[in-house]
Amino acid sequence: MTPLSRARSRLPLLIFLTPILLWLLLLIVLPHFDLLRMSFRVENNSGDMVWSANNYLEFFREPIYWLTFTRTAVYAVIVTVLTLCIAFPVAFYITKVAPPRFKGFFSLLLLMPFWVSELVRIYGWMILLRESGVINHFLVAWGILQQPVELLYNDIAMIMGLVYTSMLFMVVPLLSVLDSLDDSLIEAAYDLGSNSATIVRSIIIPHAMPGIASGSIVVFMLSLGNYLTPNLMGGKNSLWFTEQIYNQFIASFNWNQGSAFGFLLLVISSLIIFIGLKLTNQQLSRVIR
Amino acid sequence: MIRSLPVSASYSVGFKIYIGLFFFFLFAPLLVTCVLAFNDSMFPALPWKGFSLDWFVADGPERIGIFHDQINLASIWVSVKTAFFVTILSTVVGTCGAFLFEQEEFRFKQFLYFLMLAPLVIPGVILGISILLFSNTLGLFFENRFNLDIGLLRPGFWLVVFGQFSFITTLVTLIVSARLKKFDYTLEEAALNLGANRFQVIVFITLRFLKPAIVGAMAVAFLMSFENFNTTLFLVGSDATLPINLYLQVRDGSTPVINAISFLLIIGTSTLALVNLFVQKNKSD
Amino acid sequence: MDVDLSVEKLSKHFKEFTAVDNVSFDVERGNFFSILGPSGCGKTTLLRMIAGFEEPSEGTIRIRGRDMASVAPNRRPVNLIFQHLALFPMMNVAENIGFGLARRNESKAEINKKVGDILERVNLPGFESKKIHQLSGGQMQRVAIARSLVLDPTVLLLDEPLGALDLKLREQMKIELKRLQEQVGTTFVYITHDQSEALVMSDYVAVMNEGKFEQIDTPQKLYARPTSPFVARFVGNNNRLLGKVMKSSGGLTELATPNGDKIRAATQLNVTPGSRAELFIRPESIIIEPGELPDLNRLQVVVGSVLFDGANSQLLARSGDADEELLISLPQNRQFDHIRAGDHIEIGWDVSAGNCFVMS
Repeated sequence: MTPLSRARSRLPLLIFLTPILLWLLLLIVLPHFDLLRMSFRVENNSGDMVWSANNYLEFFREPIYWLTFTRTAVYAVIVTVLTLCIAFPVAFYITKVAPPRFKGFFSLLLLMPFWVSELVRIYGWMILLRESGVINHFLVAWGILQQPVELLYNDIAMIMGLVYTSMLFMVVPLLSVLDSLDDSLIEAAYDLGSNSATIVRSIIIPHAMPGIASGSIVVFMLSLGNYLTPNLMGGKNSLWFTEQIYNQFIASFNWNQGSAFGFLLLVISSLIIFIGLKLTNQQLSRVIR
Repeated sequence: MIRSLPVSASYSVGFKIYIGLFFFFLFAPLLVTCVLAFNDSMFPALPWKGFSLDWFVADGPERIGIFHDQINLASIWVSVKTAFFVTILSTVVGTCGAFLFEQEEFRFKQFLYFLMLAPLVIPGVILGISILLFSNTLGLFFENRFNLDIGLLRPGFWLVVFGQFSFITTLVTLIVSARLKKFDYTLEEAALNLGANRFQVIVFITLRFLKPAIVGAMAVAFLMSFENFNTTLFLVGSDATLPINLYLQVRDGSTPVINAISFLLIIGTSTLALVNLFVQKNKSD
Repeated sequence: MDVDLSVEKLSKHFKEFTAVDNVSFDVERGNFFSILGPSGCGKTTLLRMIAGFEEPSEGTIRIRGRDMASVAPNRRPVNLIFQHLALFPMMNVAENIGFGLARRNESKAEINKKVGDILERVNLPGFESKKIHQLSGGQMQRVAIARSLVLDPTVLLLDEPLGALDLKLREQMKIELKRLQEQVGTTFVYITHDQSEALVMSDYVAVMNEGKFEQIDTPQKLYARPTSPFVARFVGNNNRLLGKVMKSSGGLTELATPNGDKIRAATQLNVTPGSRAELFIRPESIIIEPGELPDLNRLQVVVGSVLFDGANSQLLARSGDADEELLISLPQNRQFDHIRAGDHIEIGWDVSAGNCFVMS
């Protein structure tokens, strides 16, 4: 090896590797080990910290905890499916149906709302939906309602808010995956006598699978871990699991219980993502861009 | 079905209505927020009582516009500072990551790559609490062992920066990697062949090729940091960032000053994003 | 004559595969030297070793007598035109061409002048501020050549640079490249799998196969007197006849084909009777209906098909029940217009026209 090629293979590796290792070790790996460790620590009667699985047992003993947990997971799945169903036709329209010269414009229009903070977007929904909100104002003004009703602070409003917040993360992968689908495949299928349903089932969906999987994983993960939207749009009854974690950490100051909850959330989200990948036969590294 | 295939009129019209409704759904909350920022009213609600710039410029005693609202202005400044440091840090480390995973070969590369992707699938709340726990553990360790009180490890500005950095770096790595994947390595060889040394090759060829992606990644990093709520919630100290500050106000009842801030945010982020988009377009030509 | 590039016993082994096997050659100053071989024969590896991108396993490379072993690629007095040109897409034409000059810390004015001159030379005057993606295929080609030539390299290496062009442009660039090389007088080492490129442009051609050089010669000799069956088959079209050596004396060898035809061929050395041999004969060496011409090998053949292709028209014909059909040039001088598929005709060729090799 010449000095050049030796320098080429060793020094850059060290320069690039060091910051990455520091980042992943100090901010990802060790904190999560600490989370796991804390979740197994409990204060005993004499005020000392001891090892125990009590935090996890507590989760199963208190129905409010595991019910909230199940409810959160189920709702996150519902949000994911709804987002997919709404986003797919939109992505299809933009890439395959709309005149090509509008493609850039539509994509831009689609991304615009998501450059704005989630908080601003949720705030917009709040002033639309609440009892003194804009929708109620019009409904009363047009005589459809006698009295304003509270449209906010219910499960439907919360799910809609989550779908709205997550939309971008479903649309973008779908756009890119549908854009890469060659029109002539659809034309060929049509030419060979398929109807629209067959084309969607046998050509479009299989081709779009990586995008569907990638969008679904991100949307599911973001919904499951969302705090803002359930808290502001679901109100007191939102019963979202992240709120339980927040309460343990900030309100009750019981970090050990909160750690156990956090770890459970991490496990369920990893588990569902894993199952999703297996079912759709995708790989994580392929799915993420 | 698609452009080139014949479709029925109802399919075509139905599809257009659906797309129209979708975009209405997308923009309605933002439009309402912006419009109500200019309503001459004490509440962010209809009826319309006339146009007013009070929620931007008024200076008490009844109404305090955003330009005189010290608390909100302070939180905007905190957010800008946070986003600045997060952008710098994550761009440097993320670019290193892109080079590492695209150009270098080493043992456990697959494993490390997987670990690098992890922050994308870890809920932000979990990232927040685990970093809070770990910094607390570290802080206690330093205090008990060396009798050192390290302010950096307590909830506050720097912990927020590190918390946001922990997952934004993954995004930067992915954005820069995507461009580096398209890099033609014969360009490096060509530059070497024309007499450039390794350092000059990286500066003149590789980084110059990556520039649009790096600029784009910086814009994304800045926006993601500026807007982050979930991770920040657990790490924030006495200096609240704008999203945290807004959240507290929205939760406890709101005034149109929030609409005014939202209006400025919408204009600001859209401008930044649009400028970024045009820069990208020109660069990639 | 001065030798610009001297390669001695050069080899390159990858894990279980030898890409370049004990290759030696010299290139004289100002020569256009081509290395011709099928894809995968090791010619690109050889070129990359000269440029410094691959480390030789054995052997030495000298440029103007200087050993290149410890010289980094960015310090070698050679420049390479890459197969896909490797023009820097983020720079304009002038920045591309000036890149190497700027690395030598030449002044701005100097660089501008040299860039202008070289653009003039490659027929692209005033193209300085053009973007790379605005150029046509042929223009990119010329910019790539200008970018290397402006550095005044001792040896210019070219890695199949015409491969990506369409046929017509390729023909035109062949001529242009040859003329440019004659003008600037730089030593060119050109690798290609296209025999026509090698034959048209080169002073010398090396035919490479499976990591080894089969023959180094002028294009004319390579075509007329190949020294190995591989060269005979690879360069130009050739007919191959198998036979057994009946007798061999005085540079004349007589073969018997499996059909029973007797064929004489000139050989350099006498060969042992009884060994098997192959004879190569070019389609254009074969005369149709030769009449009374002396010293010919003659065969009676049946025309299989007439392949009309203008000046390149050919006949496919078979002698008896031979396996392989013979390819025969069909001159378009109306003399042979009567020939149809199925006709019995006589063909012949000069005894000295064929090339005979003994098979091991």
